[in-house]
Amino acid sequence: MSNKVIHAFYNDDEVVLDAVKKVKAANHHIEEVFCPFPVHGLDKAMGLAPTRIAITAFMYGVLGLGVAIWMTNYMMIQDWPQDIGGKPNFSWWLNMPAFVPILFELTVFFAAHLMVITFYMRSRIWPFKEAENPDPRTTDDHFLMEIPVHDNEEELTSLLKETGAVEINVVEKH
Amino acid sequence: MYQFSGKLKTFSIALMIIGALGVGYSFLTAPKTVEDAKEIMASQDDGHGATTAHDTPVLDTHNNAKTSEHLGDEHAEHVLHALKNKPWAATYVALFFFLGISLLVLAFYASQRVAQAGWSVVLFRVMEAISANIVPASILMFVVVMTSAGHLNHLFTWMGEGVFDPASDNYDAIVDGKKWWLNVPGWTIRSVVYLLGWNAYRFIIRKNSIKEDTANDGNKTYKKNFHASVIFLVFFMVTESMMSWDWIMGLDPHWFSTLFGWYVLATLLVSALTVIAFVTIYLRSKGHLPFVNDSHIHDLAKFMFGFSVFWTYLWFAQFMLIWYADMSEETVYFIARFNDYKLPFLSMLVMNFVFPILLLINSDFKSKPWFVVIGGLVILAGHYLDVFIMIMPATVGDQWFFGIPEISALAFFIGLFIFVTFRAFAKAPPLATGNPFLEESTHFHYYNIEHEGEENQH
Repeated sequence: MSNKVIHAFYNDDEVVLDAVKKVKAANHHIEEVFCPFPVHGLDKAMGLAPTRIAITAFMYGVLGLGVAIWMTNYMMIQDWPQDIGGKPNFSWWLNMPAFVPILFELTVFFAAHLMVITFYMRSRIWPFKEAENPDPRTTDDHFLMEIPVHDNEEELTSLLKETGAVEINVVEKH
Repeated sequence: MYQFSGKLKTFSIALMIIGALGVGYSFLTAPKTVEDAKEIMASQDDGHGATTAHDTPVLDTHNNAKTSEHLGDEHAEHVLHALKNKPWAATYVALFFFLGISLLVLAFYASQRVAQAGWSVVLFRVMEAISANIVPASILMFVVVMTSAGHLNHLFTWMGEGVFDPASDNYDAIVDGKKWWLNVPGWTIRSVVYLLGWNAYRFIIRKNSIKEDTANDGNKTYKKNFHASVIFLVFFMVTESMMSWDWIMGLDPHWFSTLFGWYVLATLLVSALTVIAFVTIYLRSKGHLPFVNDSHIHDLAKFMFGFSVFWTYLWFAQFMLIWYADMSEETVYFIARFNDYKLPFLSMLVMNFVFPILLLINSDFKSKPWFVVIGGLVILAGHYLDVFIMIMPATVGDQWFFGIPEISALAFFIGLFIFVTFRAFAKAPPLATGNPFLEESTHFHYYNIEHEGEENQH
C-alpha cells in the first residue's frame, strides 16, 4: 500500500470548514487538518470525539485543592503554628477562612497549568520537537487538509477542486 | 401576539388573594400588648422546653438594680417589638426581593442595549415584560417607605423616638453621628427619587422599544433608546448602592460594610437572570418564543453560574475581612446571624454556591432547560434566604420563623409577578423586530451546543 497523501490548501476558515463537510459527506477519511488558528466546529465536522480536557481540568482542580489543604495545614498548623491576629492556631478548620484565597488560587493554578501541559502532551508538542505540519504556510495564512490516497487520486482531486482548494499536491508521506 | 391564558390568570389571582389573606391574618394576629407577647413566649417555652437564649445574661451586666420581674417585662417588651415587626418584615423581605429582581432585570436589559449585545435581542420583550413589575412593586415600596417614615411600623430602629435627642433614654450617639445621612426627610426623599427614576426609565424605554418595531427611521429611535439606557445605567449604579444602604444596611444602623451595595447587587442580579431564564423557558415551552434556541438558554445559564460565583466572592470578601479584623462593631452583624440564624445562614451558602457550581459547571447541562430550572429554583430559594437574613435579624431578632406571614407574602408577590409579567408580555409583539441586531440574535449559535427541541434550525 502506498503512503501517498493529498494535501489540499485553503485560504479561508469558512471554506475549509465547508470543504471538510463535503469530503466527509463523500465518505473519505480525513487524516488531519492543519490550521494557523483554531476553527470553531472543525472537530465536530471532522467527526473527532469530543475533548475530555474538561474532565481532566476538574480532576486537576480537585488535586490543587487537596494540595492547598495539605500545605496550609502543614505550614500554618503543624510544622510551625503561627498566631496571626489572635486566631486559634491549632485548628485548620477554625482558620479556614484565612486559607480560602490560597485554596482558590492553588485550585486555579493546578487546573490551568496541568491542563495546558496535558493539552501539549496530547497534541504531541514538547521542547525540541520537530514540527509535524507539512507546510510552513499553515502557520501563516493557509489551511491544509490531508487525505490518504487509496487509488482514487483523480476522484479526490476533482472533489477537492470543487470545494475551493487553492492548491492541491499529492505527496509521499514518510 | 401572546394571549394571557385564563388558567394562568386565575392561578396568579388566586395566589395573590391567598397571599393577601395570609398577610392580613398575620397583621391581625400580631400581639398588641406586652401580655400577648408574654403568652406567646410562654407557649414557646412549653413547646421547646427551654427558655430563650438571651433571657437574662445580657441585661444582668448593666441593670443589676432592677428586679427580676422587671427584667421579664423588659424582655417581653423586646419580644413584643420583634413580633409586631414580624408581619412587616416578612412582607418587606418578599417586597424587596421582587422589587430588586424587577429592577435588576431592567438594569440587565439596559446593559444589553448599551453593550449593543447581539445574542439577547430575542429576549428583549421577555425582559421588558418582567420589568413591568417595577410599577406595582414601587407603589408597595412607597407605602412601606411612608409607613416607616410615619412611624406606623418599626422596621428601622434609627427612626425611633429620641434616637437623635441627647436628653432622651433612647439617645444613640453613633446614629446621631450619621444624622447627615440617616434622617427621616432625607431618607424619604431619596427613596422616592430612586423609585421615580427607575419607573421613568422603564416607562420611556418600554414605549420607545415598541415604537422601534415600526419606526423605520434609520435607527433613530434605536439610538435614542441607547442614550436613554446609558443615562439610566449611570443613575442605576449610584441609586442601587444608595438604595441598599437606605433600605437594608439602615436596618442595622451601627454596622457598615463598604461593599454592601455590590453584595446586594450580586444577589439581585443572579436572581434576576434566573427569573429571565424561567420566564423564557416557560414561554418557549408554550411555543410563544419560537426564535429562542438552546444557545440563548445556555447564555442565560452561564450568567446564572457566573454571578453565583460573583455573589460568593462578594459574600466571602465581606465576611473574611470582618472575621479577620475581629472588631466588635463589625462582627456583631455576623454574630447575630450565626447565633440565631445558623440553619438559613449556612444552607444559603450551599444553595447559592456549592449547588450551582456543581450543577451548572458542565457546558452541556447549561443548555438543558430542565437542568436550568432545577438549578434556578435552588438559586432563587437561596437568594430569598439571603435577603431574609439581611433583613430579619435587625427587625425580628431571634423571633424569626418561616411561617404564615413569610409564605403568604411570597405567595402574594409570586402571584403579582405572574399576573403583571404575562399581562405585559401580551401587550406587545413578542419579538423586537426593529432592533438592528435582531438577525444576529436569531442566528445565535454557540459552537459547542447541539440545538434540540426548538422549531427553528439555525
